[in-house]
Amino acid sequence: MLSRMISSRFLQAIPTLLGVATLVFFLLHLVPGDPVDALLGETAMPADREALRLALHLDEPILQQYAGYLSGLATGDWGQSLVDHRPVFERITERIPATARLAAVSLLLAVFIALPLGYWAARHAGHGQDAAAMGFSLLGVSIPNFWLGPVLMLVFAVGLGWLPVSGMEQPGSIVLPAITLGTALAAVLSRMARSSWLEAMGSDAIRTARAFGVSGPTIWWRHAGRLAAIPVITMFALQMGAVLGGAVITETVFDWPGLGLLTIEAIQRRDYPLVQGCVLIIAAFYVLANLLADILSLWLDPRQRRV
Amino acid sequence: MSRAMKWLVGVCVLMPLLVLIAAFLSGQDGHAVNLERVLFHASLAHPLGHDALGRDVLARLAEGLQLSLGVGIAVILFGGVLGISIGMLAGWSGGWLDAGLMRLADIVLSFPGILLAIALAAMLGPGVDNLIMALVAVGWVGFARLSRVQVLSFKHTPFVEAAIANGAKTTYIAFRHLLPNIAAPLLVEASFGLAAVIIGEAGLSFLGVGVQPPDASLGTMIREGTRLMLVSPMLVIWPGLVLFSLVMAVNLFGDAMRDKLDVRMDMTVH
Repeated sequence: MLSRMISSRFLQAIPTLLGVATLVFFLLHLVPGDPVDALLGETAMPADREALRLALHLDEPILQQYAGYLSGLATGDWGQSLVDHRPVFERITERIPATARLAAVSLLLAVFIALPLGYWAARHAGHGQDAAAMGFSLLGVSIPNFWLGPVLMLVFAVGLGWLPVSGMEQPGSIVLPAITLGTALAAVLSRMARSSWLEAMGSDAIRTARAFGVSGPTIWWRHAGRLAAIPVITMFALQMGAVLGGAVITETVFDWPGLGLLTIEAIQRRDYPLVQGCVLIIAAFYVLANLLADILSLWLDPRQRRV
Repeated sequence: MSRAMKWLVGVCVLMPLLVLIAAFLSGQDGHAVNLERVLFHASLAHPLGHDALGRDVLARLAEGLQLSLGVGIAVILFGGVLGISIGMLAGWSGGWLDAGLMRLADIVLSFPGILLAIALAAMLGPGVDNLIMALVAVGWVGFARLSRVQVLSFKHTPFVEAAIANGAKTTYIAFRHLLPNIAAPLLVEASFGLAAVIIGEAGLSFLGVGVQPPDASLGTMIREGTRLMLVSPMLVIWPGLVLFSLVMAVNLFGDAMRDKLDVRMDMTVH
């Protein structure tokens, strides 16, 4: 039953990915007027214009372009960068490790802040501690990361000199980007942890456990913790996708050489095939993270397996 | 609402208002370049000092604030009308139209929102109208999904069936019977959406794909400020503080509205 539901979820992801690829394909055709004019200017040499038109396959009918694009995606031929003429796929894959590292550290940081904070807030629900924790959470979702980043940089790198300003080479250079990226995640997760914990504590299962004489930390962690974990873990998996969107801005602020920075660099240089590749790969990871969230909650919560 | 919360609301609403009033009173032009006053310190006539081109920071803050808020409201209005129309149409008609429209919504939701907006804005080119278009293209989905689910839950209620039996036109049912009933959750969605769009606009402008110089948006001001952070950090701090308090105020407004209208933000119903 479970394996059948999981495989059906996988199958459902295929048309979604196809839709994503289609939208990314049409991105190039959103460029107003002729993309070749936009790239080279109207005064370019006819030979250069023709070469670029061929490189972007703009000389073909649109359906043929689309078919060529999809078959290229499947075979790993994602086109060539217009700037350095290297394969887009290669340029993307070499940037993945940096983004993966930043995302992993940010997510870990978010969990280590959010779980204790959510627990603390739930334990003291309705009191000052709860208000303080949720105030922090509201602060966290309202603070834009393109401002938090520069402010952290000013205080801890420029002012106090504890950490490097930007880049990836020096030790400790991941700390500020990870805090910048992790803060919003921690805010969302702690809110979720608090409300799920409270909901779990109000459930019949906990009332029954109480009637059997269980109390104290055991009931909070072993009994309610298990119930509360389901939505929190699902939310965590969803955040794994959301972190990729935030990485675009955070990497730009800190000059962190990952996929996000590559996307922005490609946009600034109007390297359209590379922009398409970056957007596609980030969206693909995002779809996979959402799929993982779906499967995790099916696996953890048998109640959701009922059709 | 606790006392601390009320203070917080007060401060957040006050800060943007204060900027607008002060800028109005000082009457400076945010576009007037004065190269003799580059990064000049604050004075009575220019309480927040000057930026890298000697322009009055307070006047630019007020301009940026209005632009950010204006773009945000425009996106919520256009996105809301578009999304609610699509959602109601999908929910009411069902069948292949519903399936097709929701498939489209799923595809938009398969991207991190900010990423899709960045890509669209970059491809469409600079300009406030393109910025609004890019944000609407991402923003309609939330309204569409919510209004579809809401219409589905009211479609078979007795009062709607009575209206159908009486021969009421579909548009009449939509405007007189459905819309008033589904308005509360949509208003809550709109206010949280506004906070997200304001951050999104500033983010896009920060990255250089939104509002273009010499126009001021809170995002472009943060972008310009980060380049001069070492010399005059306040050029980053001020626009950020204003943006942050504006977003906080909108979020708190959304929270209050959710409690007041007693809406459970639950979109899992299908």
